[in-house]
Amino acid sequence: MPQSSMSARIFAIALLALALGAPIILYPVFLMEALCFALFACAFNLLIGYVGLLSFGHAAFFGSAAYITAHAVKVWGFPPELGILAGLAVAAILGTIFGWLAIRRQGIYFAMITLALAQMVYFVALQAPFTGGEDGIQAVPRGRLFGVIDLDDTLTMYYFVLAVFLIGFALILRTINSPFGQVIKAIRENEPRAVSLGYHADHYKLVVFILSASLSGLAGSLKSLVFQLASLTDVEWTMSGWVVLMTLVGGLGTVLGPVVGAFFLVAMQHYLAQLGSWVTVVQGVIFVVCVLVFRRGIVGTIAFYAAPPRDMSAGGKPSEVGGAAAARGTS
Amino acid sequence: MKTIVIAIAAALALTAPASAQISGDVVKLGVLSDMSSLYADITGPGSVEAARMAIADFGGTVNGRNIEMISADHQNKPDIGSAIANQWFDNDRVDAIVDVPTSSVALAVQQIARSKNKVFLISGAAASDLTGKACSPTSIHWTYDTVALANGTGSAVVKAGGDTWFFITADYAFGHALERDTTRVVEANGGKVLGKVRAPLNTADFSSFLLQAQASKAKIIGLANAGGDMINSIKQAAEFGIVEGGQKLAGLLVFITDINSLGLPAAHGLQLTEAFYWDQNDATRAWSKRFFDKIKRQPSMIQAGVYGAVTHYLNAIKATNSDDGPTVVKQMKATPVNDFMTKNGKIREDGTLVRDMYLFEVKAPAESKGPWDYYKQIAVIPGEEAFKLPGPNECPLVKG
Amino acid sequence: MFDWLHLTIPPAPALFAQLLVGLINGAFYAMLSLGLAVIFGLLNIINFTHGAQYMLGAFCAWFLLNTFGLGYWWALVLAPLIVGVVGIAIERLFLHHIYRLDPLYGLLLTFGLALIIEGIFRQQYGSSGQPYAIPPELRGGRNLGFMFLPNYRAWVILASLAVCLATWFIIERTQLGAYLRAATENPILVRAFGINVPRMITLTYGAGVALAALAGVMAAPIYQVSPLMGSNLIIVVFAVVVIGGMGSILGAIVSGFTLGLVEGLTKVFYPEASNTVIFVIMALVLLVKPAGFFGQAR
Repeated sequence: MPQSSMSARIFAIALLALALGAPIILYPVFLMEALCFALFACAFNLLIGYVGLLSFGHAAFFGSAAYITAHAVKVWGFPPELGILAGLAVAAILGTIFGWLAIRRQGIYFAMITLALAQMVYFVALQAPFTGGEDGIQAVPRGRLFGVIDLDDTLTMYYFVLAVFLIGFALILRTINSPFGQVIKAIRENEPRAVSLGYHADHYKLVVFILSASLSGLAGSLKSLVFQLASLTDVEWTMSGWVVLMTLVGGLGTVLGPVVGAFFLVAMQHYLAQLGSWVTVVQGVIFVVCVLVFRRGIVGTIAFYAAPPRDMSAGGKPSEVGGAAAARGTS
Repeated sequence: MKTIVIAIAAALALTAPASAQISGDVVKLGVLSDMSSLYADITGPGSVEAARMAIADFGGTVNGRNIEMISADHQNKPDIGSAIANQWFDNDRVDAIVDVPTSSVALAVQQIARSKNKVFLISGAAASDLTGKACSPTSIHWTYDTVALANGTGSAVVKAGGDTWFFITADYAFGHALERDTTRVVEANGGKVLGKVRAPLNTADFSSFLLQAQASKAKIIGLANAGGDMINSIKQAAEFGIVEGGQKLAGLLVFITDINSLGLPAAHGLQLTEAFYWDQNDATRAWSKRFFDKIKRQPSMIQAGVYGAVTHYLNAIKATNSDDGPTVVKQMKATPVNDFMTKNGKIREDGTLVRDMYLFEVKAPAESKGPWDYYKQIAVIPGEEAFKLPGPNECPLVKG
Repeated sequence: MFDWLHLTIPPAPALFAQLLVGLINGAFYAMLSLGLAVIFGLLNIINFTHGAQYMLGAFCAWFLLNTFGLGYWWALVLAPLIVGVVGIAIERLFLHHIYRLDPLYGLLLTFGLALIIEGIFRQQYGSSGQPYAIPPELRGGRNLGFMFLPNYRAWVILASLAVCLATWFIIERTQLGAYLRAATENPILVRAFGINVPRMITLTYGAGVALAALAGVMAAPIYQVSPLMGSNLIIVVFAVVVIGGMGSILGAIVSGFTLGLVEGLTKVFYPEASNTVIFVIMALVLLVKPAGFFGQAR
């Protein structure tokens, strides 16, 4: 379909222009925070939207990468790019271990295992001397990228974060739209059939898990450089709940949904910071509303009304966490 | 593709509040506190009110410029605290941040304030590192710190005969710091620490730890924890007959709202150190009445401290006619502090306000004449003694 | 290097005391997880609101005392009823609509409800607790030789045992329980017998919530009555239910008691880990026997 890929290219360029010019209108630190969480949510969405596994422990990858990067840059004196790679590597290793342990189970049991494993990571983070307990690792230097680019300048840092986000996002897109991605979709739609065709479903799921964990780690590493701080909040189970909420609000299984969800929720947190406890109540209301009437999320709903799917058998709201129907809405 | 456009438009619309703002030539204060969680009652909206009172009493303007105030909730998280601090200093032209309970947040905010040469008036946080290793030329540590608490409760209790101690410590950096500082003081005064146990933060049930404390036969059980953990420890100690069995409890960080939550039957006999009590003298009573009329709770020392810090800061701006951070702080250090709460307080070079502290004991129910009548004052600990450091001062501002 | 492990084993009487204390906590965990097990076992809903409902029970007891002067014994009966009615309202308004969906949506919905309830209470009452005293009949204690056992703790263990056994008996051994179990397995068939299945489901959810509130009333005199009391406990309770087997009442009871004991021992030998040991066990159980010790694979 050359026409839609042409308009897709135009809009992609428009988006890029918007992203490049955004710091003029909006506060750059806020944008960077939103981009980090957007990457985190996209990585999480890989697992839940395309494989259908709800993990309640993704904070473990996000937070441990944040700590490793912070420590590497501050104490070992790594330059930022190596610090990020170190964080990413640790997240990938953790992802491999957790994935290998958890993949054998489905549904609620999978969620519970990931939660239990993440709690253990939290405990280690609390006890280990290098993490600084509840003070966290503070005053993390941003350093000079590749030895030349000074990241202390907010605008430069923003473009760096944007670049890393785009790389991560492109990687996710590439994975979804590749033959590998097709096999994943096949496994989600009908696992026994995929297995009967000779695909080792567990191996594919594990690879997606590791990818999801690594990119979550990338987001965490970035965040520790943006805020120059890595703390226990990054590994707490409430952070895992936060990323579920972002993805749910944006639209499970859609490509842009997690990005929109992340921006929305980070903005809401800033906007409502004055309201104290009401923030928790609002978050709760959003959860409830999303589950009851808004299961497609922001992007999913827009997709459904802007471009209704041609066959109406897919018209219902998702009844599985995994959004098989929603995935067809946008690309 | 329409999808993408609409989605982006929606996202931008929602992010509008984050756009940059520029304010005029005013003196702007930001009260950054815990408005909704653990410390909301000892700081939170009460601190905001105290700051508001200070600004109103000062007249609302200083040298012809208006004084403004904003506030926010850091939810005890260093990330949120630093994000707000950055935004306030960069975007909202805030000149000074006030309060900030929770030492981990305060440390993060102090870093940011220092790098931007903005003033930080600390009332809520307690870690002595704020004026030690991590000290800053633009910060004042106004109300209390872990050294004062240790010197106060620790030495007074040992001198009164409590020379063997067992610690129940909350297992996080602050709890460890309290335990460490108090141990040093106890041993310096000739006492002995017989043992300690570290309980995870937010433990509900302390019975196991209390049994260990009982088994140690220490005369004093030191509670190096705060908030809900401390309240649960004391409540359950009453259940297990700890005090009847002859041991005494020493709370290392106790606020009047904690006693209100515990009730006198459970808390009576507890010894604690504070910098302020609403019923100490006419001046404190008068100020506290104004506070109570608005907030419906008696003020904690932190909230009273916010009033004092803001007033002293505004006076310093008036005297120097500048709102440059280091200049104003230098003036604050050069001027003695005298208000309803503090008599002849002097700010040290490292930023600590050296003030008198008071050792209180919680009254028995029969001794109390009404709600909030909880403390009797046992001793005054002069400032020099209370804030005396156990070793050399680690603050780089002082060393060189 | 090994100071984190208290390698000196305490003398036998002291160890015994710790085990008893652990058992008491276990009784409490068992009673608290019972409601969760009932709701999941019979309704296939993961009730994340459980912690908030426990908190509601404790606050209800405090409220009854402060506003109406109704003491502990009244609260034991009234609070579960009141909060149970709230539970029924929740079921009718919210949960009713999502039964046909993936149970994970139920988890997200109840999580959201928990946030709402806790947020409102925090706004109203701050986060320092409200005082609630032990009822005069249960104050004091007796010296058992190896430890001083407060009367209230003895009461907790007896009451929890009674409640656990009663619940187990009703569900496994009575006709009502048989109907409930049948209705979960094959609602259409049971309906064909003329039994009002939706109403039974509603009442069951209400009963599970009432159990949570009962635990809250029992906790009020010894733990702090604060809006945060539920969220601190909820994931531990979850772990207890998962380990026991998500559908099994007996499993929840046994694992509650066992985990109380294990936690008690951890507090002696490695106290810093006492909050985390439950998750280690949960992870192990999930890996080896995901349905839990007593559960059936679903």
